[in-house]
Amino acid sequence: MSIILDHVNYIYGGGTPLERKALDDICLQIPDGQFVGIIGHTGSGKSTLMQHMNGLLKATSGHIYFNGEDIYEKDYDMKKLRSKVGLVFQYPEHQLFEVDVFSDVCFGPKNLGLDKKEVQLRAFDALQKVGLPMDLYYQSPFDLSGGQKRRAAIAGVLAMNPEVLILDEPTAGLDPRGRDEILGQIRQLQRQTHMTVLLVSHSMEDVAEYVDRIIVMNRGAVLYDDEPKEVFAHYKELEKVGLAAPQVTYILHELKKRGLAVDVNATTVQEAADTVCAALRDRRK
Amino acid sequence: MLRDITLGQYYQTESVIHRLDPRVKLGGTLLYIVSLFVFNHFLGYIVAAVFLGIVIRLSHVPFRFMVKGMKAILFLMLITVGFNLFLTPGEVLVRFWIFKITKEGLKLAVNMAIRLVMLVIGSSVMTLTTTPNNLTDGMEKMLRPLRVLRVPVHEVAMMMSIALRFIPILMEETDKIMKAQIARGADFESGNILQRARAMVPLLVPLFISAFRRANDLAMAMEARCYRGGDGRTKMKPLVYHKRDGAAYLCILLYLAAGIAAGNLGRALGL
Repeated sequence: MSIILDHVNYIYGGGTPLERKALDDICLQIPDGQFVGIIGHTGSGKSTLMQHMNGLLKATSGHIYFNGEDIYEKDYDMKKLRSKVGLVFQYPEHQLFEVDVFSDVCFGPKNLGLDKKEVQLRAFDALQKVGLPMDLYYQSPFDLSGGQKRRAAIAGVLAMNPEVLILDEPTAGLDPRGRDEILGQIRQLQRQTHMTVLLVSHSMEDVAEYVDRIIVMNRGAVLYDDEPKEVFAHYKELEKVGLAAPQVTYILHELKKRGLAVDVNATTVQEAADTVCAALRDRRK
Repeated sequence: MLRDITLGQYYQTESVIHRLDPRVKLGGTLLYIVSLFVFNHFLGYIVAAVFLGIVIRLSHVPFRFMVKGMKAILFLMLITVGFNLFLTPGEVLVRFWIFKITKEGLKLAVNMAIRLVMLVIGSSVMTLTTTPNNLTDGMEKMLRPLRVLRVPVHEVAMMMSIALRFIPILMEETDKIMKAQIARGADFESGNILQRARAMVPLLVPLFISAFRRANDLAMAMEARCYRGGDGRTKMKPLVYHKRDGAAYLCILLYLAAGIAAGNLGRALGL
């Protein structure tokens, strides 16, 4: 039960002078329940990759297997795939259209052909999960603040009860507090439901704290695919492709160079603080 | 998805025609279209076709791009030809059931088809070799005399260039919203007309909202740069006539004269 990508290639604008290889021989396996961060610079192919996972884009060559079934098989039910793999686009609030938040969240489950009661239950459940205050449920989505709109839109995808949730830059354009709130909520959700979550971002800082695994994309190909601390160990190479490791990585490496025995593999601010304190304690002894 | 609309699309390359002043191209195209309806002899059409052929060669735009525009008006052309063919009174050539084809009708239909084809290809040459910005610039300058009649020439030109600029943006936006709604299980392809029209709501509402938002942002950005209409506004690249533009005007006049002469010659010889 997982997603497997087998030698997936995707070529944009084939046959025209603007032909460009957007995905270059991608092989990945994403097991159930993993929290994966996908990092890459603008134009590295990460959004294109995401759109392949629920069949919105069809690979030029290669295969994608979801739960052991080839999604390019002729009689494969794409609609079912899209209900199992929920994709939240960048700026998802731009897709809101209904008269109130609650009906908008109902749109997804309603399209699955569920009965009215089930639809409403799921919508209510999804709105609770994203932590939107209840008094906003029957307001126009256009009267909400930016962060609230985004939660409502994420709830719209969650209401389809996907097994895999893909979020494309869910924090773009939010202030630091809104960002932390949304990411925190996603992590909580992932821990409660054990759903597979793929978080697309261009910021290492965003994902370092939350994910089990990081996939770094560059020019349509997978550059690194490993645990966060292993990936950050390549911080010099990351810079070459226009990415940066979290700030703590730089500080710890610098401290080590100056003779403080810190563990450079710490990825979050908390871990970094712990290792610095421990090193200082050792030194005092 | 909606990417292959050529009618009114610029083809980037380097050629004499590309470098011409947009006013020449606008005026020339207008004259060319008028000439197609003034010439009423097949020798005149041959002159028009040869002229068009030379211009296309000079423009370095592949011929298939011009033909692409034809697809859009195929339906219109079929109707026009059909009406002319069946509904013109005169000497009956063929008759079946309630339809009859007359000699005059056949002649008119063929004339009409030739005119329409050359008209569309001729105006495609203009839009394929002129950037939309240049085109509106040229239009603005040509229509400037109308300001005496209180026609808001600058405003209309500005609106046109903004509208043209927004076409690809809105197309991209449509694509994005469509995908987002498909990801939420929306179905734009199946069902009867009524169901399909209803399925468009989740696409159209966000699209309109985004168009308004973008318009608002643009207005704000223009005001922030002190835009206040056309009065006293200067251009970064003002349109200036060069020698080649004069030569082009001359060529167009020669073409007109040749076409009229060819028609008269044909009639004189009884062709």
